[in-house]
Amino acid sequence: MQTNEQGGAEARYQAALNEGRFSIQRCNDCHKHVFYPRVVCPHCGGASLAWVEPKGTGTVYSTTTVRRKPEAGGDYDVSLIDLDEGVRMMSRVEGVPPAEVKIGMRVRAKVVDNKGAGLVVFAAEEAK
Amino acid sequence: MSLRDLRGRTAIVGVGTAGCGEAHGMSDLEILSQAAKAAVEDAGLAMKDMDGLCTANLNSAMWPLNVVECLGIRPKFVDGTNIGGAAFVAHQLPAMLALNAGLCDAVLVCYGSTQRTATFGRKERTAARNILDPNPFEGPYQPFNPPSSYALIAARHMYQYGTTRRHLAEVAVAARKWAQLNPEAFSRDPLDIDTVLKARMISDPFSAYDCCLVTDGAAAYVMTRADRAKDLKKKPVHILSNATAAWHRSVSGMRDLTVTPSKESGERAFAAAGLGPKDIDVVQIYDAFSINTILALEDLGFCGKGEGGPFVENGAIAPGGKLPVNTNGGGLSCVHPNMYGAFATIEAVRQLRGECGERQVKGAKTAVVNGNGGTAASSQSTSVLATAGAL
Repeated sequence: MQTNEQGGAEARYQAALNEGRFSIQRCNDCHKHVFYPRVVCPHCGGASLAWVEPKGTGTVYSTTTVRRKPEAGGDYDVSLIDLDEGVRMMSRVEGVPPAEVKIGMRVRAKVVDNKGAGLVVFAAEEAK
Repeated sequence: MSLRDLRGRTAIVGVGTAGCGEAHGMSDLEILSQAAKAAVEDAGLAMKDMDGLCTANLNSAMWPLNVVECLGIRPKFVDGTNIGGAAFVAHQLPAMLALNAGLCDAVLVCYGSTQRTATFGRKERTAARNILDPNPFEGPYQPFNPPSSYALIAARHMYQYGTTRRHLAEVAVAARKWAQLNPEAFSRDPLDIDTVLKARMISDPFSAYDCCLVTDGAAAYVMTRADRAKDLKKKPVHILSNATAAWHRSVSGMRDLTVTPSKESGERAFAAAGLGPKDIDVVQIYDAFSINTILALEDLGFCGKGEGGPFVENGAIAPGGKLPVNTNGGGLSCVHPNMYGAFATIEAVRQLRGECGERQVKGAKTAVVNGNGGTAASSQSTSVLATAGAL
């Protein structure tokens, strides 16, 4: 059972990420995967959600290059990734220029440090 | 009571706008008050007659209180629902229910924002909202919202259906051509497709011209029961139906990026109205971004899914085209003070009254208004409106 000491779903997700572990949820009632982390299943209303480690592989569902002045850091990618478990998340694809991120591209998750907090980003599978 | 039972039993009887474009030195509440006064007078009523109120604001969680105090009204029915810019279309259904249940006699729907000229403007508000209402699963990736979320939607539509940036540009150019016929529109300079394509990119596939304006503006309209409406100053515009669908908050929570809540709200609204897309004379779509118009035309059934790009080609929704869409110039070229839903409604009313001068759609008797809310086509509300003669 999840306790207050361990925090809610959001807090536990982030705590795991901060230790370098990417986890998602799976409903013990309807067996569907869930992301973002919740305390009630959005598919069936069940309240028993287990933490599971995703394979880490997925496909770019959509992508945009956010334009930013070079002095502010330059253009960057924002993508939606469909994990092979069937859940979608926002992230960015690293290791290729933003304009070369394409819908349908196979990607793999990694946890990076973002100002002291763990963050899931993706790399093109070919480029790992 | 079903939605069908409410068909035509409520009318919009007064409309008003104020502070559109730039309202230097004015507050949200001040231009809202001016628009409210204009709408009430347009109806031939007095402010004290407003015993129902629907209003919302992006900066204030309890905004109806600001409005009742400022206007000096004590409404018996209050709806402060904020589901984004669709709210001011979605406010119609609860108001229709309240009016027809006899809870009140006149509902004032009103909105005002001076985001363009205010000291606490768009940039400051965005920073504050990131603290007050964070999105921990998107925020760290810094989507430039709302443009980036709608850009992701557009990119997926292009991938699945072959929609092109040129199709998106057609929407922006059509809006501008209508705006050139509207003396109240903010952006009236000539605009062509190549200019849209070559403009500064914001979030691919959008250039600056694919994105709505950032202006000030206030809008208000008054609703009453149909039996009372016929004795008022202006020709009533009847609400045949209104339906709202709210599907998600974030673009990552949107199941199919190419299908919007209008699919559901449009089906419900058309069914209750007893009309279909082919019966509609004029269309007002909340065009926060160029892709919104294409998606709404598809999801409301004016064309098939994926056919929105070809549908808007060759000036088809511009003046003189096959379907008049966003005849005031829309959010892209007329006015866009954060939330545009009330402005789309008012343009439909003005068209059905025949008050639109050079941009008037001749003989317009029916209209569809499609509101859009949130940073990712999150909520949408569809209304079917008609003149008394088309009931």
